[in-house]
Amino acid sequence: MTDTLTPVLTAHWDQPDIFTLDGYRRAGGWQALPKALGMPPEEVIAIVKGSGLRGRGGAGFPTGVKWSFLPQGDNKPHYLVVNADESEPGACKDVPLMMATPHTLIEGAAIASYAIGASHAFIYVRGEVLHVIRRLRHAVQEAYAAGYLGRDILGSGLDLDVIVHAGAGAYICGEETALLDSLEGKRGLPRNKPPFPAVAGVYALPTNVNNVESIASVPSIILNGADWFAGMGTEKSKGFGIFNLSGHVTTPGTYEAPLGISLRELLDLSGGMRGGRRLKFWTAGGSSAGILTDQHLDVPLDFESVAAVGSQLGTRSVQIFDDTTCVVGAVLRWTEFYQHESCGKCTPCREGTFWLVRILDRLEHGQGTEEDIEKLLDICDNITGRAFCALGDSATPPITSAVHYFRDEFMQHHKEGGCPFDPAASTVWGSSS
Amino acid sequence: MPFSDDVRARLDADGAQIIGKYPGPRSALLPLLHLVQSEEGYVSADGIEYCAGKLGLTETEVTGVVSFYTMYKRRPVGKYHVGVCTNTVCAVMGGSQILAELREHLGVGDDEATQDGQVSLEHLECNAACEYAPVMMVNWEFFDNMTPASARQLADDLRTGNTVTPTRGPGRLVTWREASRILAGFNDDLATEGPAAGPADLVGLKIAKEHGWAAPEPGPASDQAREPR
Repeated sequence: MTDTLTPVLTAHWDQPDIFTLDGYRRAGGWQALPKALGMPPEEVIAIVKGSGLRGRGGAGFPTGVKWSFLPQGDNKPHYLVVNADESEPGACKDVPLMMATPHTLIEGAAIASYAIGASHAFIYVRGEVLHVIRRLRHAVQEAYAAGYLGRDILGSGLDLDVIVHAGAGAYICGEETALLDSLEGKRGLPRNKPPFPAVAGVYALPTNVNNVESIASVPSIILNGADWFAGMGTEKSKGFGIFNLSGHVTTPGTYEAPLGISLRELLDLSGGMRGGRRLKFWTAGGSSAGILTDQHLDVPLDFESVAAVGSQLGTRSVQIFDDTTCVVGAVLRWTEFYQHESCGKCTPCREGTFWLVRILDRLEHGQGTEEDIEKLLDICDNITGRAFCALGDSATPPITSAVHYFRDEFMQHHKEGGCPFDPAASTVWGSSS
Repeated sequence: MPFSDDVRARLDADGAQIIGKYPGPRSALLPLLHLVQSEEGYVSADGIEYCAGKLGLTETEVTGVVSFYTMYKRRPVGKYHVGVCTNTVCAVMGGSQILAELREHLGVGDDEATQDGQVSLEHLECNAACEYAPVMMVNWEFFDNMTPASARQLADDLRTGNTVTPTRGPGRLVTWREASRILAGFNDDLATEGPAAGPADLVGLKIAKEHGWAAPEPGPASDQAREPR
């Protein structure tokens, strides 16, 4: 039986100098790269495949399979791109990981680059986290000086340059093809697929894009073996993952656990709802996954079980709201976010999010009607599956799920001619007064 | 007014270093824009012309990129650019109230600076620190667990030049222009300052240690775990 919490990525975050080369080595770091370099690249890919690691950026595609899509022996430059543009509402796992253990990510990137035949790796990090950028660059410099990056790494013949590239503020750049356009110095617009990045990615060359947490999980898998990783989690959702609890819980924070832990277990660990209040709604995987309610407390937080209740495991961004929170107001804020971040390339997303905000705003202020609720659902139906990329598809689940679980509350706004909630009661200071 | 010769010489040296890092030169555009922003505090028409000239792009192409990304400012912001997260968790936990009170307190709207040029204000979308809600950023450093009172105090300290320290960041706050230079790819010497992690990042680890919980030890079979080729 695996323990309730299984710190691996977070295991040494309490060590004050863990972000340095010395600190990371003391914690057993930089031992996986030499081990990987002692195997043929196909074997590294086979181990990652065998571990069952699935993409930790939200989509859950098997990481080793993604690596194997890059052509072998094509004599073209290959690229690794680490998607460090963490901006999903509720997600705060990659940014603290890079702040605390940038070397874990860089070691994972070196192993992944070796596996896919890349001699350049880009870490595309959102620009709004200055100290994380400093820490990444510092760790890259240390890794070069120690011979883990650069020419003929550890005498293996592998050459690798790692470039830390700061974005400039755009959620859409978390979408992998928009990220590639942005990395090429363009507006971050999503590309048509196919061709997929494995065939034509950055500079139209074979490219593998992986999330920070996926890449950071690789050194432990190489060191401890595929079975070790696969021994944690559930049958189809293997391994451990970082769960971020935020909002109205007694102790918000980071909990690293095997996939399949439930919200009830996480709430028990975090001291329950603040002030003993009632759980009203929550997200399992960020706002894009839509909301769940207290009837889902025992749903195992793995890819399949969360999908079975109509949501997504996504980035395990558990945002928790108690009964002081207005669901219409909460969803309005999320929808304003999607409107703000829509890149404007396709009509359903650009125009759809615009109108969703206006109708939700009307409803929140008590000026909406039952017909408006139907209109919302109709617009959502016209965005989902019809938008150019996943951003449009992500804008609708918060609305459709909120109407599904809380239709009466939407109508209550109409009946009372305004929002029946006091926003002050939801705040941190509102609860203590 | 176009850049003076000595400014241009400095930009040229830095720009060459940036462009030299990338296999494809146009990849240098985002960092070059951060660089011209570090020179002037915002991306001016001159800055756009400069970047276009360096990369063989039209000014229209560069302007299209500038307008796409929220971190590039087309007019001067403050020496300290303050962001308040109002995405749902932060908004609900009090970020909306903080933003409203700061707007009132400073008398500025989005991306506007106070008359002394010290502080500007912006609403932010999620900045990946939800466990510390409500969150504020100053020149892209974290200020966690804010209240209306601590936010006003922070703004006042920034205006009067009192020392403020980010919650999870270096011991001192760099200016907006200095921050832009780091984003362009140039390092300062502050990377090793500040904590490895904040308190909320460590709560699960602490509980695991108290219970003696850990990932399993790798089994003896781990070396045979590789898939047959």
